[in-house]
Amino acid sequence: MTTPTAVALEDAKVAFRLGDGRLYTAVEKAHLAVAQGEFVAIVGPTGCGKSTLLNVAAGLLKPAAGSVKIFDRPLAGLNRDAGYLFQADALFPWKTALDNVAIGLEIKGTPRSEALPQAQKWLTSVGLGAFANRYPHMLSGGQRKRVALAQVLIRDPKILLMDEPFGPLDAQTRQVMGNLLLDLWNADRKAVLFVTHDLEEAIALADRVVIMSAGPSSRIIGDWRVQLARPRDIFEVRMDRDFHALHREIWSVLKDEVMKGYAQSTHAAEAV
Amino acid sequence: MSRVTLLALQVLVAIVCIVLWQLLSTVPVFGKILLPPFFFSNPVDVFEQIVKWFVSGVIWKHLWITLVESILAFVIGSLGGVLIGFWFARQPLVAAVFDPYVKMVNALPRVVLAPIFALWLGLGIWSKVALGVTLVFFIVFFNVYQGVKEVSRTVLDNGRMLGMSEGQLMRHVYWPSALSWMFSSLHTSVGFAVVGAVVGEYLGSAAGLGYLIQQAEGVFDVAGVFAGMFVLSAFVILIDFGVTLVERRLLVWRPTVDGRG
Repeated sequence: MTTPTAVALEDAKVAFRLGDGRLYTAVEKAHLAVAQGEFVAIVGPTGCGKSTLLNVAAGLLKPAAGSVKIFDRPLAGLNRDAGYLFQADALFPWKTALDNVAIGLEIKGTPRSEALPQAQKWLTSVGLGAFANRYPHMLSGGQRKRVALAQVLIRDPKILLMDEPFGPLDAQTRQVMGNLLLDLWNADRKAVLFVTHDLEEAIALADRVVIMSAGPSSRIIGDWRVQLARPRDIFEVRMDRDFHALHREIWSVLKDEVMKGYAQSTHAAEAV
Repeated sequence: MSRVTLLALQVLVAIVCIVLWQLLSTVPVFGKILLPPFFFSNPVDVFEQIVKWFVSGVIWKHLWITLVESILAFVIGSLGGVLIGFWFARQPLVAAVFDPYVKMVNALPRVVLAPIFALWLGLGIWSKVALGVTLVFFIVFFNVYQGVKEVSRTVLDNGRMLGMSEGQLMRHVYWPSALSWMFSSLHTSVGFAVVGAVVGEYLGSAAGLGYLIQQAEGVFDVAGVFAGMFVLSAFVILIDFGVTLVERRLLVWRPTVDGRG
């Protein structure tokens, strides 16, 4: 590969100390590389540790073993090259949409007078130009995600980490948001690591789809390249013959893990 | 229900109560007055007393004193509560060490402190302010402590990932969160500031609404006691209305302004 690797997890292992003192291994020996400009989706059953892996790439979690390299340099502390889009609402509820976006620049020391017009521009590009003065609670779930996207993108991070960002949204809004994301991503092709449990979403968006096994001690068990042409339209691409073929292929692997993960989670619930 | 109807019904309740009071305290039922004037006075006398206070202007001085005491108690108590609440929330060790003492002081009925404050600070306004402060402080303290502790994990992580330093997290995340909790208890804390002032005055002072009531009681002037109570309620309602205005302005980002502490 000629382009530098944006995110490289090498044999990363993540473990937590449980309340009763036992060690719980969430992810075992994960090996994953995201090239610059590449859109990688991680798919796995509930509780497989895909978000954990993302937090490791973000520097929010430290791996128990193995290494994390960002642009070939070992990651120490938080990943300053990355923007992170959270699954839950992460906007500052006491700031207006405009201020929420502008804060991304203000933190870096950009004067407010410069940050505000740029924030307005970003709000417009996510389709919320007219909602600048709304507070998060006055926006719909989808609109809040748009603001969050603008908040992350205004800082122009080299890497975009997304943790089931469209998870809480309804099906139609998810597709609209997916298209918006692809449009914005197409402009400068950042490296993206996108976690989702929705295989269709993963194939429609990504260049590569990575499958994780059911937890605990989950591993990466598959890695598919998505050859669908870009730019894509999420609504259309789902009708594509290749899309279906790939979906069937990946699902045959994923299905077993989903069933395993489901069995484990019900088992765990019974044990409690 | 339209606003006019509601208002009419509200006024009606007051009228019925006052008329009943007037009738029962002046007109004998089966040869007996149910509300003896000595214990219950009557609305006309109470009203006359209130008018007299306002016409002669005596009341203004007392209102002013109570207002000043309440404001001082509120400001000092809130300031202390915010600073210490913030400090405790950010320093779990300090919070853990002081925890039993905070609980102990808070469990103490504040009225028993009034004599001590009177002894320490004299009969002037400061002993009343001190009493109010002990009430306001704990409400604000607990709210701010909670506010800082319960900052959403995601919002915090988001701040960190956006590159905020500890200082910036303080300014943009912890501080607004703590303040919002403080403001949500605004009604309660302002109310307690007034309670502290009035109770302090009642127990020993030379001016204020509490003093006025205490004086009236001392000479068995029941009309005076009731008049003092009515002026006090009106005073608290006015302050509460002001707080609501402030709250609407400050908590505009909140889904609903349900800040009744």
